[in-house]
Amino acid sequence: MAKLLKNREILLVFAIVALVFLIALRFPGFVAPSNLARVYNDTSILIILALGQMAVILTRCIDLSMAANLALSGMVAAMINAAFPGVPIPLVILTVVALGAVLGSINGLLVWKLDIPPIVVTLGTLTIYRGTIFLLSNGAWINAHQMSDAFKALPRAQLAGFPVLSWLSVVAVIAVYLLMTRTQTGRAFFAVGGNPHAAVYTGIDVGRTRFLAYCLSGALAGLAGYLWVSRYAVAYVDIAAGFELDIIAACVIGGISIAGGIGSVGGAVLGSLFLGVIKNALPVINISPFAQLAISGTVIIIAVAVNARTEKRKGRVILKKAEAV
Amino acid sequence: MAETHLSPRVIPDRLRSRSSRVLKSWESLLLVVAILIFALNSFASPYFLDPWNLSDATFNFTEKALIAFAMALVIISGEIDLSVASIIALTSTAMGLAVTMGADTPVLVLVGLGTGLFCGMVNGLLITGLGLPSIVVTIGTMSLFRGLSFIILGDKAYTGYPDSFAYFGQGYVWWVFSFELALFAVSAVVFGVLLHKTNFGRSVYAIGNNQTAALFSGVRVGRVKFILFLLTGLMAGIASICLTSRLGSTRPSIALGVELEVVTMVVLGGVSILGGSGTIPGVVLAAFIMGMVTFGFGLLNVPGIVMSIFIGALLISVIALPILWSRARRRMAH
Repeated sequence: MAKLLKNREILLVFAIVALVFLIALRFPGFVAPSNLARVYNDTSILIILALGQMAVILTRCIDLSMAANLALSGMVAAMINAAFPGVPIPLVILTVVALGAVLGSINGLLVWKLDIPPIVVTLGTLTIYRGTIFLLSNGAWINAHQMSDAFKALPRAQLAGFPVLSWLSVVAVIAVYLLMTRTQTGRAFFAVGGNPHAAVYTGIDVGRTRFLAYCLSGALAGLAGYLWVSRYAVAYVDIAAGFELDIIAACVIGGISIAGGIGSVGGAVLGSLFLGVIKNALPVINISPFAQLAISGTVIIIAVAVNARTEKRKGRVILKKAEAV
Repeated sequence: MAETHLSPRVIPDRLRSRSSRVLKSWESLLLVVAILIFALNSFASPYFLDPWNLSDATFNFTEKALIAFAMALVIISGEIDLSVASIIALTSTAMGLAVTMGADTPVLVLVGLGTGLFCGMVNGLLITGLGLPSIVVTIGTMSLFRGLSFIILGDKAYTGYPDSFAYFGQGYVWWVFSFELALFAVSAVVFGVLLHKTNFGRSVYAIGNNQTAALFSGVRVGRVKFILFLLTGLMAGIASICLTSRLGSTRPSIALGVELEVVTMVVLGGVSILGGSGTIPGVVLAAFIMGMVTFGFGLLNVPGIVMSIFIGALLISVIALPILWSRARRRMAH
């Protein structure tokens, strides 16, 4: 099994390299190290979000509210900064990460305590969170001149030659990797998704594990909210609208099974990078940005079809209902 | 007490009388809610009870309800289709394209129905042909179909639909009864009969309750599901004809987020999101309730995005309340 997963990741690396190579054939400037670093930096936010979505999908759930959570947290960060420019930026970040975690925990509680299907919960909270931004801001924009310089400068600040934004995503990848491979909670994510009934018998609280996955995805969405708003220096109701699809696409491309239990941090990162390369290459090879939505849709469908073929080798529980807990 | 523990599932000799079951059903609860909302609305705004005003109010739900009927069958069979709003967009774009090529109303209708059917076929083939999970496939086709409209239209819009095309969204069959309302009534009857009175309908329930058992008892699971997605595509195509005709223009962002409202309508109508149970009359009542509530909010000048908060909260609480209710009853019983 491990070999198979490895193969898949190597396959993805090849696909990304081939993609970059094809683009470089016509536009050699694309493979310049500085440009590749720029592409990575541009994909950083997607990587951070995909890590959270991966944890949720591993437990057989889904989080459609991540982009709305990002927008709400980002708006709150911008509003705090606009109203109290003196508040230190790390404190603002901590606040929105906590806010994001709370918003995620609402999803988690509804899934855990009330047994509502995750897709319904997060479809509902998606609209509620987006609507809340409107209630908070009255539909107004917060523009660059209302934000303090320190607020806008952080993601761009250079550290050892790379922007802080890139470094933050690297830190997030390492942290989530350690969580997934070195802690009980991380292993529980896999166990719950692989076989919830078996997980119960090994003493894992399935609901609580799902709750924790939602808290993680919420906290990461909160962090991404600050990064998004400070990077693009604008906050309004519709920022990152529809981005939840890109996040899920990144996970599906990265080989994370929507049926739960299968996936890896490496897969999530590579899936994000694959989308990131496509997104950055479109303007270079002169394809209209309007085509991007259709391309991510096609990629999702192809990726899920490929996933289904590799997953078919697994044994399947036929009588799920009969094994009721 | 001990006896009940030994045999927790006592089957009564006689089922309880029909009237008490009717009173306790989800549909009668919905009916009460619908009447309450109707009464509240007529108190809140003096303009509400005007027949033409009520007729206008129906436009709030007729198009979505057309899709909700087919979606109810899909959800009862244990699947979901999140791509319906994007099918509306692609269908509308295809009709707009046909207009620029000089197509007249009958051709436009054919193009609309054909595009809807085609989109449904794509979903159905991916889900039943390749055996992929419907939620991911329709998330994918949701961006694919709308993405195609964006590629074709960009930031432009199609207008200039022929005058006769306006009938589907703006015409009246008789007095205050619009074409859309008539279509809503006819579809409700057709889908009600299909689900509740035919073998096909029974097999939809069977699949939703236990797909494997249905397969072993001779239900052609794949074919039934394929037909359901085809039907959903067709209904989305019909809804797109109505909506495009009512608006008189097409933009790629048309009907954005409608899939959420359709799913909410179906779930509010008492269809279990896990599949296996639900009725068409329930969906009809839910359509009325959602239409009346949003229209009432509109009369009170509540902005659209605030209404969407309400829809989202409604979706969650409609599922949460029965669960809380049954838990409270179980606790009382102990």
